[in-house]
Amino acid sequence: MRKIQILGSGCSKCKALAQNADTAAKELGLEYTLEKVTDIKEIMKFGVMATPALVIDGQVKTAGKLLNMQEIKGMLKL
Amino acid sequence: MRILKWTLLLMAAVLLWGLIYWNLAAFGRWFTYSLLNMPQGGHLSSAVEFFVFETPKVLMLLVLVVFGVGIIRSFFTPERTRKILSGKSETVGNILAALLGVVTPFCSCSAVPLFVGFVTAGVPLGVTFSFLISAPMVNEIALVMLFGMFGWKVAGLYMGVGLLIAIVSGWILGRLHMEKHIEPWVFDARMGEAVQEDAINWEGRIRYGLDAVRDIVSKVWIYVILGIAVGAGIHGYVPQDFLASFMGKGAWWSVPAAVLLGVPMYSNAAGIIPIVKALLEKGAALGTVLAFMMAVIGLSLPEAIILRNILKPKLVFTFFGIVAAGIIIIGYLFNILL
Repeated sequence: MRKIQILGSGCSKCKALAQNADTAAKELGLEYTLEKVTDIKEIMKFGVMATPALVIDGQVKTAGKLLNMQEIKGMLKL
Repeated sequence: MRILKWTLLLMAAVLLWGLIYWNLAAFGRWFTYSLLNMPQGGHLSSAVEFFVFETPKVLMLLVLVVFGVGIIRSFFTPERTRKILSGKSETVGNILAALLGVVTPFCSCSAVPLFVGFVTAGVPLGVTFSFLISAPMVNEIALVMLFGMFGWKVAGLYMGVGLLIAIVSGWILGRLHMEKHIEPWVFDARMGEAVQEDAINWEGRIRYGLDAVRDIVSKVWIYVILGIAVGAGIHGYVPQDFLASFMGKGAWWSVPAAVLLGVPMYSNAAGIIPIVKALLEKGAALGTVLAFMMAVIGLSLPEAIILRNILKPKLVFTFFGIVAAGIIIIGYLFNILL
């Protein structure tokens, strides 16, 4: 079971990143949960300084970047 | 081999870019007066020529500069900027923060995490504000638009003045010792370990630049076109010196009025500058117009609302008040000196 979290307080990039991550995980046929973390205090606990950020299994992968599906797939495969 | 391929592709792209760019004025004239066969000197034809020439020109400049700045920005992450700024003394820190604000990637939606990240890492409050003022106000889009429409002197002036406001306002805010007006939870925020930085090579930097172009141009092109369309309308139809009476140097109240009008408005530089150009042509004073522009892109209501998450109302008002005062002073100074 993979745990995907999207950190961001609801900007358009954050929504797009969540969408891409969802599609990427589905296409890989993974078992996963996707959570959008929108509370700023919760976001800060991850130590990121730019949103949207992608967190996989509790580990911050990128911050401030809208990744495309291929890039997210690459990170999920590891 | 890959490097060679990229270099050749890049050179070919720049060459093609230059070839098209230097022929745009001729194209605008040809399109308006030959293809559409419009009469010389009419209102509509003057508006059409303005639009057909300025739109591709500004879009092309935007692509070039956003790409270049994207490459520069791949060297500056918020994490690295924070490392540079933490532990700097205040005055030096203010200057560095304002300069780094120009080159560090920033989006106003990230203002809060950035603020918390800076303050909890020991960057002084005033220094953090210098960064937060300069990052949105002095940006590559504003500079490229100003350069494209007014030349390097106005662009340079804008950059210098924007940096000055960021440095001085941040310094004053630091002197006011308003740390107690930050929401207390900010200081409790336990920052987790930062993102590991991937080693990035030149191919990665070029990709970063191309991503920036795709990202920014896809977002602002519509504002560019709308802005130029409005600008073209003013250019073609509003009589010369029409604005001189109430936006000219003589009207002393025009500078504060321009700032008051600009703060609630939120637009990016791409949309506002074609309008600014048209206003100037019709007799508005440069200081008034620059003040308006800085208020629109540097201070915005959405930003105030976002910052309210971490700053108590008094600090939000003080922050906006000091920056607005700085912009007004600069506006007057330009109107008097130029």
